Amino acid sequence: MSLHDHDHHEADHDHEPLTNGGEPVAAARVRALEELLVEKGVIGREDVRQRIDWLISRSPADGARLVARSWVDSEFKQRLLADARAAAVELDLNPGPSPVVVALENTEAVHHMVVCTLCSCYPKALLGPPPDWYKSVPYRSRAVADPRAVLAEFGVQLEDGVEVRVVDSTADIRYLVIPRRPSGTETLQEEELAALVTRDSMIGVAIPVAPTPVAA
Amino acid sequence: MRYRPGQKVRVAARRHEGHHRTPAYLKGKHGTVKRVHARFKNPETHAYGLDGLPEQSLYLVSFEQQDVWREYSGSAGDRLYADVFEHWLEEAE
Amino acid sequence: MHDRGGWPTEAPIDRREHELADWEVLMDSLVGTLGQSGVMNVDELRRGIESMPPAAYETASYYERWLYAVETILTEKGVLASGELDARLGT
Repeated sequence: MSLHDHDHHEADHDHEPLTNGGEPVAAARVRALEELLVEKGVIGREDVRQRIDWLISRSPADGARLVARSWVDSEFKQRLLADARAAAVELDLNPGPSPVVVALENTEAVHHMVVCTLCSCYPKALLGPPPDWYKSVPYRSRAVADPRAVLAEFGVQLEDGVEVRVVDSTADIRYLVIPRRPSGTETLQEEELAALVTRDSMIGVAIPVAPTPVAA
Repeated sequence: MRYRPGQKVRVAARRHEGHHRTPAYLKGKHGTVKRVHARFKNPETHAYGLDGLPEQSLYLVSFEQQDVWREYSGSAGDRLYADVFEHWLEEAE
Repeated sequence: MHDRGGWPTEAPIDRREHELADWEVLMDSLVGTLGQSGVMNVDELRRGIESMPPAAYETASYYERWLYAVETILTEKGVLASGELDARLGT
């Protein structure tokens, strides 16, 4: 999460007109919208609360569990690649409302990177809400046209011989990248492996690394 | 299901007024079907209060980046995959 | 406006992140609940966002776009009366 040294006032930067308490005008409007819809019986307040609870409980830890299990259990990995949604359910995870989730396996030969150029489709049930940059216009424009430059901005360099495969989620399929297990992790337990799997590595803009040994 | 994995296809180059999920940068491009997904409601009608039926087959299609962009600066082997609806695909040779 | 793949831009990717504000979590959840209840679907949400005038699309934040879309679609469906939300806010 690095800050840029120089100012970039691109039109696609979020602008939030501030009002009292630092909230944008939209905040009050959204609350009033909820009130109106509940009053009219269009939605139930309890349903909204449950949905809020679901959203704030989502985190990349769920996706990381899928990845770690696939690293230690090759039969599970095959099931994950065949049907990620069913594999998530197998681990008692909530795969979310999307009917199809597809896992994309990174290998020696192929590195996947996911984007939604048309909007911001993202497997939030398994990763939590997407980061702002994923939804941003620069990422959406550049990830498909110049993925290696985008990866370089994220600190990832791949050899020419590795295929960089950008996946544009143009429909309702949700994609999750299964990053490669780092070498030097042979003795780690599944939970320790899961801790190495970052959100960014499951989007495809980062590569997990083995923990650095602590000097004796 | 009109297309099979391995089949060469072309994304239709037509204009479409209104909501649709085929990005401009892929229209007219040649690719290869990689996977046949499930069938989904047609977003072009489902987005306008209609029921989106009949459901349409959705395909994961692979493109060579060099074919998609005139000046692609990555590796020759780099690819782009996207989900494209059956009614946006044509047979190609 | 929304169809951005390959649009020419040299803009670096701003990697600053922000935790969702309460109103943003609420906005997201309203859309999810409307979807669950069969009142409005995700294709309509996307279509609503795409219908924003380009200047508004550029300057609105992510969830402000969602708000615009929901108001547009629900007004179209007659779930909200035109101006009803403004009246509720006293604007």
